[in-house]
Amino acid sequence: MEIVLKNLTMKFPGRDRKKKEEVVAVNDFTFTIPDGELIGLLGPSGCGKSTTLNLISGLLKPTEGKIFFGKDDVTNLAPEHRGIGLVFQNYALYPHLTVRQNILFPLENRKGKDRLSKEQMRKMADEAAHLVQIDQLMDRRPAELSGGQQQRVAIARALVKQPRVLLLDEPLSNLDARLRLQTRDEIRRIQRETGITTIFVTHDQDEAMSISDRIVVMKEGVVQQTGKPQEVYDSPANLFVAKFLGTPPINEFEGRLRDGWLFIGENRVLRVQGESGQRTDAQQQVWVGVRPEGFLLREDGPFVCDLGGVEVMGRDISVLSRNRASVNPTVRSIISTESRVDTSRPTVRFALRPEKVFLFDKKTEARIRCGLLGEAASCAADSFHNRPENAHAAKMESPDAADAAHAEPTDRQEVRR
Amino acid sequence: MNMAKGRFDGIKGWLYLLPAIVFLGVFLVYPLVDVFIYSFEEGYNFTSQTYYGVGLYNYSYVLHDPYFMQAVKNTFILVIITVPLSTGIALLISVALCSIRRFRNLLQTIYFLPYVTNTLAVGLVFMILFQQTAYSDGLVNQLIKFFGGSAVDFIDGPYWAKMFVLCVYTIWVVMPFKILILTGALASVNEDYYKAARVDGTSSFRIFCRITLPMISPMIFYLVITGFIGAFKAYSDVVALFGTDLNAAEMNTIVGYVYDMLYGDSGGYPSYASAAAIILFVIILTITCINLMVSRKKK
Repeated sequence: MEIVLKNLTMKFPGRDRKKKEEVVAVNDFTFTIPDGELIGLLGPSGCGKSTTLNLISGLLKPTEGKIFFGKDDVTNLAPEHRGIGLVFQNYALYPHLTVRQNILFPLENRKGKDRLSKEQMRKMADEAAHLVQIDQLMDRRPAELSGGQQQRVAIARALVKQPRVLLLDEPLSNLDARLRLQTRDEIRRIQRETGITTIFVTHDQDEAMSISDRIVVMKEGVVQQTGKPQEVYDSPANLFVAKFLGTPPINEFEGRLRDGWLFIGENRVLRVQGESGQRTDAQQQVWVGVRPEGFLLREDGPFVCDLGGVEVMGRDISVLSRNRASVNPTVRSIISTESRVDTSRPTVRFALRPEKVFLFDKKTEARIRCGLLGEAASCAADSFHNRPENAHAAKMESPDAADAAHAEPTDRQEVRR
Repeated sequence: MNMAKGRFDGIKGWLYLLPAIVFLGVFLVYPLVDVFIYSFEEGYNFTSQTYYGVGLYNYSYVLHDPYFMQAVKNTFILVIITVPLSTGIALLISVALCSIRRFRNLLQTIYFLPYVTNTLAVGLVFMILFQQTAYSDGLVNQLIKFFGGSAVDFIDGPYWAKMFVLCVYTIWVVMPFKILILTGALASVNEDYYKAARVDGTSSFRIFCRITLPMISPMIFYLVITGFIGAFKAYSDVVALFGTDLNAAEMNTIVGYVYDMLYGDSGGYPSYASAAAIILFVIILTITCINLMVSRKKK
């Protein structure tokens, strides 16, 4: 079932009655959810993702906009007629009923011609239970189940009426870390097996990235970016999305563009390719985001930080350092275990991988799309810059060096002179 | 060393409990035991502190006393009518209160007012409403006449009329507390259960029977048990409506009988009073035990 959201807007009356201020929980949300996909609605608390889910479920009516399930306009349809299964954050299992009775509950509501025989209901309940693998737990009460098992029962109860759409509200937030990993694979598997279009809400970007076909990142009721998880991660539309996705989070610096170069503090780190419409020759203040895996340890790297410490994670090393231009107190970079960090030195030097570096407008925080060029150019420039007698010369000559680098960016020897 | 510490902790625990134990012992357990003893001492006299003998005569006397049997009958009728009715009506009102948004707080306050009003004052109002005197028929009788009935004196008239007033009065008096408890219980049911039920297309009647009622059943059981106990101990309400000569009005209750035996016109019989009190105690204990057993089974 394809779901189309058209200019969906939800306003709540403000708390202060006198001021008549409205809270806009969802603002002009337009999105098409392809049939059979698993969509992650992602955002910090209060960003309107749960409201969006409630709008799709029909528990809330939108102030403006329309919702289509396939060809049907369901905007004014009551939730029970939409054919949705909803799983709540706290599962909302009826504590006084057994697992079987809980799963049967939605089926027993059917009246008139939809009414099912006892035998049919039993069969459907057994099938749903089998799908989520809780066959042996049917006669227990919810209180006698673990969190993960309760979660499965809740999913079974949502699936038993064979909904067109499955909605999950923070499905994993009440589980411990290990169970969370297991359950998210489980949700993925169930979704694949049933092929039901599924939307789930989460504030945990790991969760959303790992199992979604597509993610929708929201902030303050406004959709920031939609797309496949890897695409969004590799190409964030703005600073918020860049900061929200990724663990450890992206490192944020104050930087500036000058003379075709990106500067972080005093370090000239990357060559900026003059791209469409954007003037890079003039000085421009920017936010610079560098993913932790975007740092490469280099003896002669252009980016100099004060070494803070090294954390060994097993698979890789994370280097903690400080830089005056950094927005956060520590810069966290992830380096492969093959590199050695000389902890006796006060500073550590990095080269930056251009595809892991993003520039954002200082005011609007929107992404500045421009080409950044790799280490050859930057290293070349840096070698000048760091020689005191050449400090001035570097400024003069750098365009040349950069041009050379541009021509043959991979050949370091030639540029380094 | 650990042992010593443990023992000391035990003593400390008992020390903390001591004030409560002493108070309960002196004012609750001792009187109960004392009453139990009195009930077997025949012809006990307060002033001389003497009695004739020990035996079951007091019980035999009380159980053969037509006034006592009248009191037991009245009490049972009162309990059987008022407890289910008041709980049921309170539940309806609470559900209605919870489903409205406007004026909810105002109505809640209004429904709670009788609870903070004095029993005797309320009794007086009921008397004025229901009594038929030489000068006036009272408001209720005027209404009955308006609808074509004939006036009845609810306060000094036939037995059923008096019992009717008593039941209405009792239900009215116990209602606020029940509404308070039930609205609290209803509000504490997680909203998500209702949302889940709505998504599944559950009818509101089924939501009430299959979700709301089971969820608040502990509170309902609590109200039924305390309701039974309270109704069995009814006395001041009866006095407020029918005055102190309850035997003459055929409106005595068991507690009223105990009081009469101690202090009433025919007073001065502490042994009979004790026996009647113990019988009441046994009745309440039995009913409460049955109640508890039923509520446990349900869980």
